[in-house]
Amino acid sequence: MGLLDGKTLLVTGVLMESSIAFSVARLAQEQGATVVLSSFGRQLKLTQAIARRLPEPAPVVELDVTSEEDLAALADRVSEHVDHLDGVVHSIGFAPQSVMGGNFLSGEWKDVSTAVEISAFSLKSLAVAAQPLLTRGSSVVGLTFDAQYAWPVYDWMGVAKAAFEATARYLARDLGPEGIRVNLVSAGPLRTTAAKSIPGFEEMEGGWPDRAPLGWDVSDAEPTARTIVALLSDWFPATTAEIVHVDGGVHAMGL
Amino acid sequence: MANSNEEILAGLAEIVNEETGLATDAVQADKSFTDDLDIDSLSMMTIVTLAEEKFEVRIPDEEVKNLTTVGDAVAFIAQAQA
Repeated sequence: MGLLDGKTLLVTGVLMESSIAFSVARLAQEQGATVVLSSFGRQLKLTQAIARRLPEPAPVVELDVTSEEDLAALADRVSEHVDHLDGVVHSIGFAPQSVMGGNFLSGEWKDVSTAVEISAFSLKSLAVAAQPLLTRGSSVVGLTFDAQYAWPVYDWMGVAKAAFEATARYLARDLGPEGIRVNLVSAGPLRTTAAKSIPGFEEMEGGWPDRAPLGWDVSDAEPTARTIVALLSDWFPATTAEIVHVDGGVHAMGL
Repeated sequence: MANSNEEILAGLAEIVNEETGLATDAVQADKSFTDDLDIDSLSMMTIVTLAEEKFEVRIPDEEVKNLTTVGDAVAFIAQAQA
């Protein structure tokens, strides 16, 4: 018996095997789920190649979350592979280099708005696009980096994450009556391709492994993926608008 | 199965061609992926991933930055297959 037996999931954000979303897709399959991936543009070919490395090679549908055409076509594209969805994983974020890496004060709205659209508004876009396929009891899970704090080098991406967390609360409010849960996982720093694109990312690691009561391995996405799989399962049936920290406990420590 | 260096070069050239549209005969051992072939980090990740699949080897992330030229990649793959 797997935690996700018989469930079908859409997982965004698989780029490399080091992607958090890859670990989610792999664990979800191991727990009995059928998984469809999404990717877009020039990343599509890489996602397709990495999808062949899952325990069960997964189909990849095209979805650029800023494309109205792709969003409108999402349900049909996913329906070519599965007839409904029990869960959606949002693992999407982007900010231009000009608004990260210590460029907070010089950040311009055009670039900030890109970060907010792709990293925060996209949660609403994705959930609404997938809604025709989502059944009662289904689960939307996204990935945040604790937006209560100002972090080194994260800058406007941190602001976008604050908007993302608020978006999740409002989505939970509006999708709750449909029986759809919306939760986030706030993970500690992980050395993914996305993280490596943040200039000065190592500053964000900031002694995390030492400060975490449980310790923290910046190269191990599995604890985060396990929690996402749990939130996708039927074992958090009355939990929505929640942010579960998967950070070794750092969020609760003063020093 | 081990490939000859010539086979690896030809296979890499096909992958580079598929990813970037560059002519296969432009992909020579002495060419730098970034400076000569103008391959960015996303294309490089794709090329490495497809090469791992084609030649049945693993090219660790930390190794990729050492693969400056096409010849470096051929040599790494040949050694990994040996």
